[in-house]
This record gives sequence, C-alpha cells and structure tokens, in this order.
Amino acid sequence: MSQTTEAPARTSLPALNILLVIVRYLIIFLVAFGLFGVILLIAGKDPVLAIQDTFSSTLGSAYNFSEVIVKMIPLLFTAIAVALPSRVGLINVGAEGQLYMGAWLATWGALTFASLPAWILLPLMVVLGMIGGGLWALVPAFLRARGWVNETITTLLMNYVAPSVVTFFIYGPWRSPFNSLYPQTVDFVPAARLPTFFGTRVHLGLILAIVLAVLYWFAMKYTRWGLEMRAIGGNPQAARRNGIPLTLYIVAVMCLGGAIAGLAGTSEISGIHGRLRPGFSPGFGYMGFLISWLSGGNPIGILVMSFVVALISSGGDILQINQGLPFAVVNILLAITLFVVLARPALLVKGKKA
Amino acid sequence: MSLLSILGVISSAIFSGTSLLYTTLGEILDERAGIVNLGLEGVLLVSAAAGFGVTSQTGNPYIGVLAAMLAGGLMNLLFGFLVITRRANQLASGLAVMFFGFGLSALIGKPYVGARINSLPRFMLPGLASIPALNTSQFKFDLLIYMVVPMAMLIWWLLFRTRWGLSLRAVGENANTAFAAGRNPRRVQYQALFFGGLLAGLGAAHLSIAWTMTWAEFMTAGRGFIAVALVIFSKWHPARAIAGALLFGGAVAFQLLLQASGIAISPFLLDTIPYVLTLVVLIVWGGTRKYAAPASLGRVYQGTEQ
Repeated sequence: MSQTTEAPARTSLPALNILLVIVRYLIIFLVAFGLFGVILLIAGKDPVLAIQDTFSSTLGSAYNFSEVIVKMIPLLFTAIAVALPSRVGLINVGAEGQLYMGAWLATWGALTFASLPAWILLPLMVVLGMIGGGLWALVPAFLRARGWVNETITTLLMNYVAPSVVTFFIYGPWRSPFNSLYPQTVDFVPAARLPTFFGTRVHLGLILAIVLAVLYWFAMKYTRWGLEMRAIGGNPQAARRNGIPLTLYIVAVMCLGGAIAGLAGTSEISGIHGRLRPGFSPGFGYMGFLISWLSGGNPIGILVMSFVVALISSGGDILQINQGLPFAVVNILLAITLFVVLARPALLVKGKKA
Repeated sequence: MSLLSILGVISSAIFSGTSLLYTTLGEILDERAGIVNLGLEGVLLVSAAAGFGVTSQTGNPYIGVLAAMLAGGLMNLLFGFLVITRRANQLASGLAVMFFGFGLSALIGKPYVGARINSLPRFMLPGLASIPALNTSQFKFDLLIYMVVPMAMLIWWLLFRTRWGLSLRAVGENANTAFAAGRNPRRVQYQALFFGGLLAGLGAAHLSIAWTMTWAEFMTAGRGFIAVALVIFSKWHPARAIAGALLFGGAVAFQLLLQASGIAISPFLLDTIPYVLTLVVLIVWGGTRKYAAPASLGRVYQGTEQ
C-alpha cells in the first residue's frame, strides 16, 4: 500500500501531490466529523451547531486564530518528542510526564536564579527544561536498552507519577504565599517570561518549535545520524551487525525525545502561565502522540496535524460553554480521526519515512 | 494504631484490589490470544460511566453491573475491529481507544456527576461473622468481591483445561499454526476480546458502583495501565494475577496506613506509590518474563488469503 502511494511521487508534479495530500486529509476529517456528529446526535445535542461553533470560535477572528496557534506550540514539541524515538522503533507515550518534569526543573531555575538577566535566564530555563524531560525519559530508555521492560508501559506509568511530583512541590516548598485560593508558585520575574508577539499570547516558543521541526527534518534526511536511525527503525538486527551502536541510539534518542517534551512544558509555563500550576497540561503529551502517529513522523505532517488538533481542542472550550458538553469530549473527535486512519491506512500520507 | 483501623486498611486494600484483578484477568485473556489492549483505560472509564448511569436510572445495581460488562465487551469489540479485521497496529489502536474512552465516558457520565446510587449490597460471609474481631461493618463485602477469586480460578480452568482455552493459547502463540490445525484465529481473538471486555467491565463496575459509588471524569486514574503491567508481572497466568492484585491492594493499603498514622508525608507523594511499585516490580521481574509471553503477542495475524 505504501508502494502505490510512493511510486507516482517521483514522476508527477509536486503541486498535484500536495493536492492529493490535502484531499486525503479532507476525507479523513469529513468522515471523522461525520461520526462525531452522529455521537453528538445520540447524546441529544445539535451536531451541526456544535461543529459550526467549533469553527466559528477558532477561525472567526484574528485573535481567536492566534489562540489556536498558542495551543499549537506545545503540540509541536510533544509531537516531535514522540516522532523522533519512533524513527528507531521506540514508542514514547510518556511525553505528558516528560513535559511536567521539564516544566518542573525550568521552574526551579526561574525561582532560584530570578536575579539573572533575561538573556541568561531564558536559555538556562530552556536547558533545564530539556534536562528535566530528558532525565525522566532516561528511566524507560535505560530499561528498554537493557532489554528489561518495554518502554510503552513504563512511559505510560511514569505519566501518572510526574504530575504528582509537580503538585507536591506546588503545595509544598514552592507554594506562593500571596495566593491562598489557588495553589501555585509565585509569579515568575519578567526576565523568566518568553517574549510574546503582536499583543497576542503567541510566544517565542513557536519559533523554537518550528526551528526544531526543521532541524528534525534535516537531521533525519541529511545526516549520518538520521541514516543510522532509519536503519535501526527498519531492521535493528541488521543495523547492529553493521556496527551501529544500538543501545547508545536507543538511550540517546529516547532522552532527546524527553528533552523536547520538556521544552513543551518550559514554553507553556514561561510563555503562557508565568508560574507553575498543578495540571497545567490538558493532555498535550497524549495529543502529541496522536499527531505524530497521524503524520507518520513526517515534519510537514506534524505541522499540519498540530494545527488541526489545536483547532479541535480550542473548539472543545466552546463546546463546553455553548453546549454544556464536558471538555473531554474533544477526545472523541481526536480518537475517531485516529480510528479512520487506523482502519483505512491508505488514507494516511506515507511520506518517505522522513 | 487500633485493631479497627488496621482492619479498615485491609478492607480498603481488598476493595481496591478487586477491580484491578477483574481487569487483569480480562487483559490476560486478550494477551493470551496475542492481542495487547492498551485501550483498557478507556474501556474501564466507559464501563464505569455506563454502569453508574444505568444504576442511577434503574435504581438496580445488578442491572448496572450488567450494563458495565456489556459496555466493556462492546468497547473491546471496537478495538477488535481495528486490530483484527482492519489489522491495524495494536499499540496505536489501543491508545486511540483510550482517547475515545476518555471522551465517551465524560459524555455518558456528565448527567450523573454527584448523583447518588444504590450501591451493591454488602454482606458478611456466614463463616467470617463468627470471628468477633472481623465482625465489623468494614468486613462486609459485596458479591463482586466474593466472586473475584473463583473467577480467577474459572479463567485458569478455561485457559488450561478446555478446548477453547487451548485454541485461544494456540492463536496467541502462532496464529498460522492454529489456523492449520483447523482453528479460526480471527474468531478466537474476537471471542477473547469480548470476554476480556466483560471482565474489564466487571472491574469498572466494582470501582464505580460498589466501591466509590460515584462517577468522576478520569476516575480510573491509570488502573488500566497498572492492569497491563500486572499481566506482565503475573506472567500471563490467572493465579499469579491474584498475587499481583493483592500487591497493588497492599500498596494502596500502605498508602492509607501512612496517611492514617499521621506521618508528615505529602499525600501527593503517597499517590505515586502504586505506580512506582508497579514499575519496580516490572524491573525486578523483567529478566525472566520473556519466556512466559505468548510468542506472537502484538503481532498482526495477516490471514492466509491468496
């Protein structure tokens, strides 16, 4: 099936190719929205109004659109955090936990070195965020590399530990004395805040994420590392016999994925919240997994799918307000989209495996 | 610490372990047939919400339990459609089912947040009642708790002493060989998933109808994943799953014990005990488990068409 979609790509015009991609994605979403509507209908809601609300609330004005972009930033990070390990056949379902631990260590930096100027403090927070997420991923990476425990189940279990650790620090040593109503840390100093653009909440994290996506694409396509990673992903035994250090790659790539997920947490707290709050991520890590899977790890696909998922989850806020639906309902729409792709894989754009 | 509070801790360990044991047994059936169901978390949530809603509507907890079982079976059939009929990747399909469960359970459970229900009646086994120390309200259990160990025995018998169990295990080891021996791998896998779903539904029903008697979004809090981990711990064997569930129940009991004794440890750190313990157990058991796993676990049966 991947053969049939790839073969004409070499000969036909690129414009036609892109059109085909768009048509495929459109079909996926039409089917997904249709099935979502059926479920809403069964639940006694007005599906047309709900879907209308979703679009008008997200694409209706420039500001609403910028809010979709804001939601897209952490998704870009977490999607790359899942896509990168998937190139060597690792399944990182732990981006959620890695995101929290990244935010946790970055917060420590922001609170401890609050007197530093922004040009030192912000890079320091970024590095700390990456270390936090990377170390959290080191545990499953090590266990997998030793052949002890599969990384899927360990990363999932650790997702339930990280938010508790963060909450412990927020209720304990880091609790702000100025706000007794909502437990949170003290506000970060302005130097610890990522700059925002054009009076919106879109922050520097967007640039960072896009640079990262380009780096990811470049590394996979043009470097020796990318080649060796693809070799491992294709046939680990053959790769090992060719002298590729398998264990090193598994640990390094998994930790790098964790570090990137840590960036998602860092950019959220520094760019959006300006403080650490319990439960600040509405499942960005899981959504990142979904995006990475839907896009087949392809960087362009990640950009497109992050936008779409951001759009859907922004729409979830409106469904909550206008229709009295719980926010978690957007998960149905996300899941059905995934069902459609899983059941009809020919619809998925099988890029040349990044 | 009084005897009463120790008994209370043991009692809540039993309550906590029961839902997990049913779920683990269900997953053992799935995995013995060669299918890893990571969507269990979502299946549990939908079952818990459906069971709670039906109990609230009908006022009869037993009908609620049946509804939860049915919901679990149907969710697993949906998963089965993806991984058996459509031959999709099991891990990704499982996570898709998990997301679906997150959303669907929130939708089903919305009207019942904060609702009060008739829970499963609790009674004391006649034998236990004669021991005065245990003759407290904390040692009255519901029917599902009394049924859980016999259920584990039943699953063991089904898997290892019946023809159906033999073909189920054969499909999990090598579907092509099972097919050559006259079995229908797809049908067997669907059956395993449906029964596994019924069991997961029982576990979820115990959680929402019998134990907590509430519905809250994401109330299963990772129990589905802990069950998947316990399957590995129990080496795909129903009898060892009892030990696994006891261990988890013990972790919860330990957590409650620490809280009750007034030791100044944050409740948020205590919350992590079950997950950390599960991780530690997986690591300790890691080396030997490989030989126990069904040989074609996670592999897609491609069929024998032309």
